[in-house]
Amino acid sequence: MNVVIFMILGTVVLALVALAAFIWSLRSGQYDDPTGAAARVLLDNDRPE
Amino acid sequence: MTALVSGCPSGLAPATPGAVTQDPSAFVTEVKGRRVLDLMIRGASCAGCIAKIETALMRLPGMQVARLNLSTGRIRAEWTGGLAATIIIEAIVKLGYGAAAVDPGQADGAISRSEKGLLLALTVAGIATAGVMLMSEALWFGTDLPAETRTQLHWLSASISIPATLFSGRTFFQSAWAAIRRSQLNMDVPISLALLMALALSLHATITDGAHTYFDASVMLLLFLLIGRYLDARLRRQAYAAANALAAMQTTSATRLGSRGLAEAVRASEIRPGDRLLIAAGERLPVNAQVVTGESEADLRLVTGEVEPARTFPGQTLYAGAVNLSAPIEVLALAPASQSLMADIARLLEAGEQKKSSYRRIADKAVAFYVPQVHVTAALGFVGWLIAGASLSHAAFVAVTVLIITCPCAIALAAPLVQIVAAGRLFREGAYLSSGDALERIATVTHVILDKTGTLTLGDPMLLQIGWTPDQLAAAAQLARASRHPFSRAIAQAAGPGPVANAVEEHSGSGVSGLVDGRAAMLGRAEFVGARGVDGSHLWFAIEGADPVMFRFEDRLRPDARAAVDQLRRMGLSVELLSGDSPERVGSAAATAGITDWRASATPQFKAQRLQELEAEGARVLMVGDGLNDAAALAMAHASLAPGGAVDVSRLASDCVFSGESLESVPRIVTIARKSRARIRENFAFAAVYNLVAIPIALLGWATPLVAAIAMSASSAIVTLNALRLATGGRRETGGAA
Repeated sequence: MNVVIFMILGTVVLALVALAAFIWSLRSGQYDDPTGAAARVLLDNDRPE
Repeated sequence: MTALVSGCPSGLAPATPGAVTQDPSAFVTEVKGRRVLDLMIRGASCAGCIAKIETALMRLPGMQVARLNLSTGRIRAEWTGGLAATIIIEAIVKLGYGAAAVDPGQADGAISRSEKGLLLALTVAGIATAGVMLMSEALWFGTDLPAETRTQLHWLSASISIPATLFSGRTFFQSAWAAIRRSQLNMDVPISLALLMALALSLHATITDGAHTYFDASVMLLLFLLIGRYLDARLRRQAYAAANALAAMQTTSATRLGSRGLAEAVRASEIRPGDRLLIAAGERLPVNAQVVTGESEADLRLVTGEVEPARTFPGQTLYAGAVNLSAPIEVLALAPASQSLMADIARLLEAGEQKKSSYRRIADKAVAFYVPQVHVTAALGFVGWLIAGASLSHAAFVAVTVLIITCPCAIALAAPLVQIVAAGRLFREGAYLSSGDALERIATVTHVILDKTGTLTLGDPMLLQIGWTPDQLAAAAQLARASRHPFSRAIAQAAGPGPVANAVEEHSGSGVSGLVDGRAAMLGRAEFVGARGVDGSHLWFAIEGADPVMFRFEDRLRPDARAAVDQLRRMGLSVELLSGDSPERVGSAAATAGITDWRASATPQFKAQRLQELEAEGARVLMVGDGLNDAAALAMAHASLAPGGAVDVSRLASDCVFSGESLESVPRIVTIARKSRARIRENFAFAAVYNLVAIPIALLGWATPLVAAIAMSASSAIVTLNALRLATGGRRETGGAA
């Protein structure tokens, strides 16, 4: 039964990692301009105009 | 290549041709050796727009960063060197977009911080819910679980959900505490109580090796509520930004005359009383001011509602919003922009306060009804079980179950979710709500009072197609192109692009003269060109060797004014026209729009008085207006709407601002408001029925954590789905009533 406890603890750690990743994305401004981010994918920056 | 198209290359937004009307240099700030300017862009909506605008700006000398935020419609430009800020705006305007400098808003920053806080709280609650659910499944379905393992799982759930609830629930706890300290009740009180009681009871059960805990229910409740809160905050911010964008397009910077007669560009917000300002022809007055020198004409459309420009003379007081037309004037500022505006608003809102505070929101009524009832029921359950001989802990368990299962969730979400969805739908259609209860008030109106100038009409005069030949129009247009008078602009617009007359001279308050094809010509008032006639909505044009011609003008109705009025009437509303303009013009506008009930020459006091009359008769009035003369009525009315071109005071005094040329926004807004009221009532009806079923189950002690979790999520989902019905079904329902 103890193996379940380890599994659960592992899950909790993974969840914390996900949370940390989310906080990082929030802090680095990735939610500031969702519309723009979606549009910029279409821009062809490799070729000079 | 893309630069050939004016405005959005995808055609998603109309091109916004416009002239550079303000000097943005007052808005430039210095950050780390770079000069920074924030601009509001209008008409940008796709990747092509980003590329077009950013590329154009990056070509400017010294430009370091130019990044367009498509969500907020703002661009931040950072550059080094002596590039003039006006060049930046010109570059954007040339591409076919509207641009205006904005204050790098601190308010915006604050809003996005609280929104980010909510997003973080939401994520924490979400992850915690997932984690706790993982263990709850074992607890719900693992009937052969040994007591020891069960307690271990309970401890794990506790270690996740207690910190998560305390962290993510702060919004609710703080708001509930603030309400209690004012000895009031709001929805956050039962929510906080349910959350904290559930945690306390579950912790007690965990310590005493009990069978049932509510850790899952408490984090899930929190998750649902936070989703609602977050969406609400996001929508509010979007509506705020959109309303700001409308405002930014109108704000002006001004030219201040310094002590040595030096002119400097200042922000409207920096003007102090006693400042001398130079108002060029075509500029809008940023503050209430007194004319010092210069004779001119002023367009008072936004202030009084009169289409015809008025002459101005030294000593006269002009209100903010007046547009100077023919000659530059020097004025003395009487009040700072913010204060004169704030004072106006304060006065207006004071008048309107009584009306609006007397309105009780449906949700508040529900809370006042629901909270005591549930708490009494819970207490009765507690006492009842004690009398029946149950243990103290079992009685407490039943009481807390009642608190949790009667689920503040469905009731807390019932009204806000509907309002969020309705406001989102209005937002997409170009209408920006100021508050949630505005919708409820709009839904219950019985009368609509429309203002004429700028509301029923577009506010710009149009040339009538009678009394002149195309050659005469072309000749007159040469003079008209040199003038900023609205009638002249109407002539220039009718004639299209073309040459400008030579030796043009403006005669303030009278007209313009010049040489057209080598012949002396004059355009202006009757006596100015030497014609016999009265002054009115017309201009006279005289050219050497020919008789004077008269050009007549008319303030054009919004294209769908009649359809909108008809639709309002079909919706069972009585429509009335109330205008400050002259009886003949109001009468003809009313006839064209199909309004039988109209009153002209209405002063602001008369408008307010008429409102009181109607309300005394038991009517609930929806006021639609844009001018300063409507502001008092807008603030006093049961509900009010303002078109996007309205003056600041009117926009702030109204419940909802709609943009665009269509007057059909008015019936559409009312329709959506009525529907959202119906949805809210359905939701409350559902929540009441749900509670009728859930309370007996909880009182009898049958509500296991599994039952609670299913009941809670199911009721929230039903309320949410009902609210979402508002989002779909577009114009078919609102426009197709004919």
